[in-house]
Amino acid sequence: MRTNDVILQFTAKIVFFIIFFFSIHIFMAGHYTPGGGFVGGLLTASAIVLLVLAFDLKTVRSVLPINYTYLTAIGLLLALGTAAFPMLLGKPFFTHFFDYYNLPLLGKQSLHTAMLFDGGVYCVVVGVTMTIIQTIGEDE
Amino acid sequence: MSQVLYIFIPMLAAIFVPFLYKSVKNIHTGWFVLAVPATLAIIYATYIAKVAKGEVFLAELPWIPSLDISVVSYLDGLSLLFSLLITGIGSLVVLYSIFYLDKHKEKLHNFYVYLLLFMTAMLGVVQSDHLITLYFFWELTSISSFLLIGYWYTRDASRFGALKSMIITVGGGLMMLGGFILLYLMGDTYSIRELIAMAPELMQHPWFTWSLVLILLGAFTKSAQFPFYIWLPDAMEAPTPVSAYLHSATMVKAGIYLVARFTPIFAVSELWVWLVTGVGLLTLFWGSFFAVKQTDLKGILAFSTVSQLGLIMSLLGAGAVAFHVNGAADTVFKYAAFAAIFHLINHATFKGSLFMIAGIIDHETGTRDIRKLGGLMSIMPLSFTVAAIGTFSMAGLPPFNGFLSKEMFLTAMLSLQNFDLFGFDTWGVLFPIVAWVASIFTFIYSFYFVFHTFSGKYKPEQLPHKPHEAPIGMLISPMILAAFVVTIFFIPNIIGDTFVKPAVYAIQPFLYSAPGDIDIHVQAWHGLSPELFMTIGIVLVGVLLFVALPKWQGLYNAFPRALTLNNFYDKIMLGLDVGLNRVSRLYMTGSMRHYLLYMFSAIVVIVIGTLIVKDAFTFTFKGAAPIHPYGVILIIVLICGTCIALLAKSRLTAIIGLGAVGYTVALFFVIFNAPDLALTQLVIETISVALFLLAFYHLPKLGKSEERIRFQVNRAIISVAVGVMVTLVALSAHSQKLVPSISKYYEETVYSLAGGGNIVNVILVDYRGFDTLFEIAVLSIAGIGILAMIKLRMNRKGKAHENK
Amino acid sequence: MEILMAFTIGFLFMAAVYLILSKSLLRIIIGTGLLSHGAHLLILTMGGLGGEAPPVLDEGAKTFADPLPQALILTAIVISFGVTAFFLVLAYRSYQELETDDISLMRGSDEDE
Repeated sequence: MRTNDVILQFTAKIVFFIIFFFSIHIFMAGHYTPGGGFVGGLLTASAIVLLVLAFDLKTVRSVLPINYTYLTAIGLLLALGTAAFPMLLGKPFFTHFFDYYNLPLLGKQSLHTAMLFDGGVYCVVVGVTMTIIQTIGEDE
Repeated sequence: MSQVLYIFIPMLAAIFVPFLYKSVKNIHTGWFVLAVPATLAIIYATYIAKVAKGEVFLAELPWIPSLDISVVSYLDGLSLLFSLLITGIGSLVVLYSIFYLDKHKEKLHNFYVYLLLFMTAMLGVVQSDHLITLYFFWELTSISSFLLIGYWYTRDASRFGALKSMIITVGGGLMMLGGFILLYLMGDTYSIRELIAMAPELMQHPWFTWSLVLILLGAFTKSAQFPFYIWLPDAMEAPTPVSAYLHSATMVKAGIYLVARFTPIFAVSELWVWLVTGVGLLTLFWGSFFAVKQTDLKGILAFSTVSQLGLIMSLLGAGAVAFHVNGAADTVFKYAAFAAIFHLINHATFKGSLFMIAGIIDHETGTRDIRKLGGLMSIMPLSFTVAAIGTFSMAGLPPFNGFLSKEMFLTAMLSLQNFDLFGFDTWGVLFPIVAWVASIFTFIYSFYFVFHTFSGKYKPEQLPHKPHEAPIGMLISPMILAAFVVTIFFIPNIIGDTFVKPAVYAIQPFLYSAPGDIDIHVQAWHGLSPELFMTIGIVLVGVLLFVALPKWQGLYNAFPRALTLNNFYDKIMLGLDVGLNRVSRLYMTGSMRHYLLYMFSAIVVIVIGTLIVKDAFTFTFKGAAPIHPYGVILIIVLICGTCIALLAKSRLTAIIGLGAVGYTVALFFVIFNAPDLALTQLVIETISVALFLLAFYHLPKLGKSEERIRFQVNRAIISVAVGVMVTLVALSAHSQKLVPSISKYYEETVYSLAGGGNIVNVILVDYRGFDTLFEIAVLSIAGIGILAMIKLRMNRKGKAHENK
Repeated sequence: MEILMAFTIGFLFMAAVYLILSKSLLRIIIGTGLLSHGAHLLILTMGGLGGEAPPVLDEGAKTFADPLPQALILTAIVISFGVTAFFLVLAYRSYQELETDDISLMRGSDEDE
């Protein structure tokens, strides 16, 4: 899959960042507008896939040295931990907490434990998708 | 409460055995284990005095209260006697095993865990007053017996024997469970005591006979009665301590226990008397007759155990006669139950010691084949003494305890011919005759066992090891048992008053008001009675036949192999195997497509069938959303994409077709107001296509479909049927909305309760967070699966055969 | 619209089942892909296609599309992606090992139990 398409590689670099930041936005905004952990994670993954297509796995790996299986595990733990945390406080499994804060610069924002859970989902989706792509791509 | 816990002490102790085995290498694990049965034996011994007075002890531990199931420990004469046997013989067997099993070569932790498990199971069987827990422990004994027989699991014979015993005893156990459930339905209680109290009413019930037969099947399979005895000889593959413990002293007596325990309920039935007595007597004869044929020391003992169990069984049957005789307590029938229990004790002592001797001979000479043995008397004098005591007792000679119980047995059988109910007046005369003949054979195989091993010609060249006397530790247990054999002969009435009478009282509670009322006095000498003449006859004929044994032993080989029960069992097992294999092969073709075909057909039949039966198909245009102009275009694109995927001849075209369908679906989500879905679907579709392309080089080319026409037609029919079914379901679902959507709740609470705006996302992370949690788990599993398939390739090796 | 969709979905299912019952591994995978698309659309259609706005709280909108089927489908989409990927790898690994993609040849023989 080694190509030397300069234009593709150049564009891919820029588009990667666009998609990546868009995905973060989508993920963050998910609670109020369309988006969320799934879409965010998939978009991030697709951004990385774009890099993989434009360069190759080795290059991408050296640029983004992430162990995706660990990322999956972290995501699962995060999600499970968020869900289980209320049990320590004597609340049922999966109780979420939220409140609104006035933060400087950002204005009125909500902070939400569901966000953490969604973060777990995000990590799992990125992790699994990239694990799949990477293992298939590496296999000869 | 603590009384219930005693039952579980061995099982709890078993938890520590593997750790002890691993950490303390220098001391044989058996020494630790020995403490368990020894302690329990002492604990149970403290009950003796009170139980002998007729007291009973009851303790209950709720297990599943909602189903009215609890573990009950009920100690009366009968269960106390068994508990003492289990723990007492258990201690001796553990002691023996310490010397029998090498601490370096054997997997002792397995052995002792199984053994302790068995102890709990057996204590549970004999103490449970609750039918269901009784069944539970009953099957647990079968399982631990299975594990112990298969202890040397690398041997074919061990596995075969283990499986055989398991199939037969567990099968019988299931029958028994059926009987128990019938009893529960009849009496509306699980408690055996309460059932006994309402015995007269139970008798009137139409299911009475059914439950009787089923429970007897359980007892007969466990106690190796004809024709189920065939598992016992094969169970001799177990290590000898196990044979001595499970397969002679305790587990096989569980059936006896069951019959004794249920006698007060079922004895009123004619069938019970006939079945128990008849089968017992037949087993007695059959076992003793074939014991003479055996060449394996343990084989002889196995058949002898079968035969002795038959003897006890027939005595219990005769004991049930007492329920039909007026004033039974004053007649001769009262002896039967007493003799049964008495012989049970005696049998445990002499047979236990004999098994241990067989183990010693095996251990010291390396063989159990009686044809190779002989002349060991001078080499192993102590073993010979113990063996002689055991066998003479088994043969029914004085001054050993077997003589006493044999005399009582003959008394009971003789009295049966005077019994004038149920046709015993015509057939009853057969009973003493069969008993007498069987006793002759018992005499022969007893002598065969001891004299062909210890006297005769010494054949050192045929023995794998050079024989010498066993270490003293190994001899302690059999010597203790042999000491009992002799002692009981001289103090039979002490044993009778402390152990036998309370047990008899439990079997025949209607006849006596306290164990002390049983006026039986055991005597070695009771004049020139018919029993004595029978015994003299047994000895005379027995000696004659024994001397002539080499001349007629060959007759056994004339018995056709094809007609044996073992052959019958093998045929059944093989037939089941082959037959069921053939049946399942009819439809289990190994072809994935056939299975899929079954599944799809089943779905179609079930769903369409339900639609028709429930008259669920309705159709209306009402409430349908207006037709969207873009929608129509998308439908056309979708169908085109599907057709491309369906008819594509090349990989690329097919993948593109699928991709087209996927993107169209995403557009559908757009026009149907599902932005989250549209986004997700778009990205997924992109990644999927990338995935397909990545894997593209690895994928096979699409070949032309060369199908047989018949399958093609089936395939087409099924796919059309599925399509039609889905359409019908979709139409019906649209046309009848029985309840309003629950989404209203989400819409109302999404901001106030969950603090969010995007309902779909809030459902995912909050309302239905569980779904999402499991979903990401599934996703991770898929990822790990893929990783494993590619990174962790199995090296292809032929698997090692488990036989060494 | 629902009526039209019902027939479209029926067609999708038919094609999917037809492909799943074929011999070639790749066709089977494509079949499962079509099947999941069909299922997603079915769930959506069964929930009703009415509703003027996406299920996102917004001032002004009166009737939303039903959010519950959408949540279910979102889950299903991601799962079906995982399953498709798994199938794909399974297919090409078995192709590598067995050198055939004909599943009628891939059956356990009597020898290996």
